[in-house]
Amino acid sequence: RPHSPSNSKRPANCLSLSEESPIPCPHAGCMRGTGVAMAQLAVTFCNFFDSSVDRVTVHFINKDGEKLTATAKEGESLLEVVVNQNLDIDGFGACEGTLACSTCHLIFEKDAFRKLDPITDEELDMLDLAYGLTDTSRLGCQVCVKKAMDGLTVRVPTEVADIRRELEVGKQSK
Amino acid sequence: MAMSSGRVCWKWGSPLRRPRPAAGWRGFSRLHSTAALAPQICVVGSGPAGFYTAQHLLKHHKLAQVDIYEKLPVPFGLVRFGVAPDHPEVKNVINTFTQTAHSNRCAYYGNVTVGKDVLVKELKQAYHAVVLSYGAEDNRVLGIPGENLSGVYSARAFVGWYNGLPENRDLKPDLNSETAVVLGQGNVALDVARVLLSPLDMLRKTDITEGSLAAIAGSKLKRVWLVGRRGPLQVAFTIKELREMINLPGTRPLLDPADFTGLGDVVKDVPRPRRRLTELMVKSALEKPGEKEAARWASATKEWGLKFQRSPLEVLPAADGKRARGIRMAITSLEGSGESARAVPTGEVEEFECGLILSSIGYRSRPIDSSVPFDSKLGIISNSVGRVQGATGLYCSGWVKRGPTGVIVTTMNDSFDTAQSVLEDLQSGLLNLSDSKEGFECVRSILHSRGVQPVTFSDWEKIDAAEVARGRLVGKPREKIVDFQEMLQLIGH
Ligand SMILES: Cc1cc2nc3c(=O)[nH]c(=O)nc-3n(C[C@H](O)[C@H](O)[C@H](O)COP(=O)(O)OP(=O)(O)OC[C@H]3O[C@@H](n4cnc5c(N)ncnc54)[C@H](O)[C@@H]3O)c2cc1C
Ligand SMILES: NC(=O)c1ccc[n+]([C@@H]2O[C@H](COP(=O)([O-])OP(=O)(O)OC[C@H]3O[C@@H](n4cnc5c(N)ncnc54)[C@H](OP(=O)(O)O)[C@@H]3O)[C@@H](O)[C@H]2O)c1
Ligand code: FES
Repeated sequence: RPHSPSNSKRPANCLSLSEESPIPCPHAGCMRGTGVAMAQLAVTFCNFFDSSVDRVTVHFINKDGEKLTATAKEGESLLEVVVNQNLDIDGFGACEGTLACSTCHLIFEKDAFRKLDPITDEELDMLDLAYGLTDTSRLGCQVCVKKAMDGLTVRVPTEVADIRRELEVGKQSK
Repeated sequence: MAMSSGRVCWKWGSPLRRPRPAAGWRGFSRLHSTAALAPQICVVGSGPAGFYTAQHLLKHHKLAQVDIYEKLPVPFGLVRFGVAPDHPEVKNVINTFTQTAHSNRCAYYGNVTVGKDVLVKELKQAYHAVVLSYGAEDNRVLGIPGENLSGVYSARAFVGWYNGLPENRDLKPDLNSETAVVLGQGNVALDVARVLLSPLDMLRKTDITEGSLAAIAGSKLKRVWLVGRRGPLQVAFTIKELREMINLPGTRPLLDPADFTGLGDVVKDVPRPRRRLTELMVKSALEKPGEKEAARWASATKEWGLKFQRSPLEVLPAADGKRARGIRMAITSLEGSGESARAVPTGEVEEFECGLILSSIGYRSRPIDSSVPFDSKLGIISNSVGRVQGATGLYCSGWVKRGPTGVIVTTMNDSFDTAQSVLEDLQSGLLNLSDSKEGFECVRSILHSRGVQPVTFSDWEKIDAAEVARGRLVGKPREKIVDFQEMLQLIGH
């Protein structure tokens, strides 16, 4: 189970509303190691104070085809949505949002993909190592929820083909 | 090894049935939550493969007990002893591993070498399933004259040294040469080059060991060449690591434009990762740098570069016959193209002066025990989707299953696959749960009789806390304890 990102490399424009909230909100702090219960508590707590915050519905199609639906807050990254809502996606977010693992790889529909903020070289570098890379792939820890995304559906890749392994197939043996 | 335990803590199971077709991904937890018998499973090795296999088993089988055996007192394998000290974010996986270890159905037993302190055969008697995840602890050798001269080190040993692996603590590499050659162009080669050339102010804030930091601070090194036997289109490193190298403060890249001219067009249609990687090399080699970059390169005091189509032939001894003074390499040409191109010697040779040679041509797994089938050509345990060939109840995951390539996410996925094979065999009845197994209770007495005292996870947490406290005194995330005995003393063994 991934932890709430602590030293995460969030995109600059991806400021969680709770972080700006005048009321100290546990959501903004580090919840590392405190587990699911704390994360849920934090969400409840945030909801209680931020009743004005816009809710956005996001669907995740899991590896086995199951649809997981989450109520996200504007400004959260998709990794934070998965963590905070305790969505059961195996191995998701191993590096805790620090752009060092590619386990948060998600596949978007074409139209939705086009509307996302531009992708950085650093995200592309990490994406290049992801399983089942597609033209509409992004890393969940780098995409933040916007109001316009309401109803968005993203897919967790199922394909078990490692790009890097393909790169190595033709390797010369000693 | 004369080691008959004389202990019988198992009985023969009933005749085994063949597995039925696999059920879906999710079916297991539901099915097994009603089963009365808890499977006893053990994992050998506590690197990413061991921990991800354990995590998947615990998550998808609500009764499984998973014990992890580790040779070293401390857990996490290459995440602690391989991953470069300046990549702390990669080590965040330790948080998830720690949660797994805290499960009340998971136990960690460090300081237990399987194959010596307890045999695979004995583990099979104590557990329903044994998963071998012991990684690749050796390295490939060049097999050329002079490879053992002083001044030549395997990258594996060098990495172990700067990362505090007890077995490499006394490596004391000779860093008095101005030029180093790293043989191989993989990510380990880049790690080694970066650690050697990084500004000390950057290294000082990492968990690099005190001793190696001091040695690197005193080194005369100015230049590192990464030498590949094939061409720029066949480099094994990846783009993130290359970009990091290109941007390394205080250094400038030495890339010969002739090596890269025209490559931009060649890669237009290859898959994106190779294309972007090549484009970055081409850009750095051929384009005029931006103002900032140009200024940085001009003021750099250290440099690194890539050399291609050079295959090592011989390490040349200095006059004393003991030390390396250089290396002789065969110039190669490429047969075929793309990923599968082969390097063939042209007959021309080249000599290169350098006093430090690091061989970074890959890791290698060792066979653990004669009872486990090992493919010595591929250097892996013979297996099919993690099921060890001809050995019911025996599995493997990670580098020892696949060979020593792939990042943590690759290892994670293949470990989930292996765990899935175990779950399928439990469900099909191939692993017979009515044949009751004692698990650790049985192993405890074996270890006791051999005078081996395991280190538990809470013991590790004491070592961890001591390391973090020592690190804090000097502004580092931790100061690793590199001495085995000191670790054991700390926990009162
Ligand atoms: C130098 C280096 C740097 C790397 N950096 C990165 C990186 O930045 N990012 C990334 O994603 N990947 C990186 N990798 C790759 C990553 O480390 C591997 O994919 C991963 O560690 C393989 O996991 P494993 O569990 O199979 O092996 P290991 O991590 O080697 O774990 C094997 C464990 O088994 C134990 N063991 C061995 N023999 C026995 C025995 N007989 N009994 C009991 N225990 C035993 C070992 O002590 C070890 O703890 C790096 C690899 C190297 C070599
Ligand atoms: N930051 C990271 O993500 C990170 C860091 C470190 C390691 N890792 C991963 O860990 C794995 C292991 O890395 P690695 O660098 O040890 O292995 P690697 O990627 O397999 O690279 C080995 C290099 O050695 C060369 N080589 C092999 N045999 C040779 C010989 N006889 N003579 C000359 N050259 C030879 C190979 O060239 P050929 O192609 O010609 O065989 C290749 O350039 C890789 O998958 C790597 O990505 C990742
Ligand atoms: S969580 Fe690791 S890259 Fe996004």
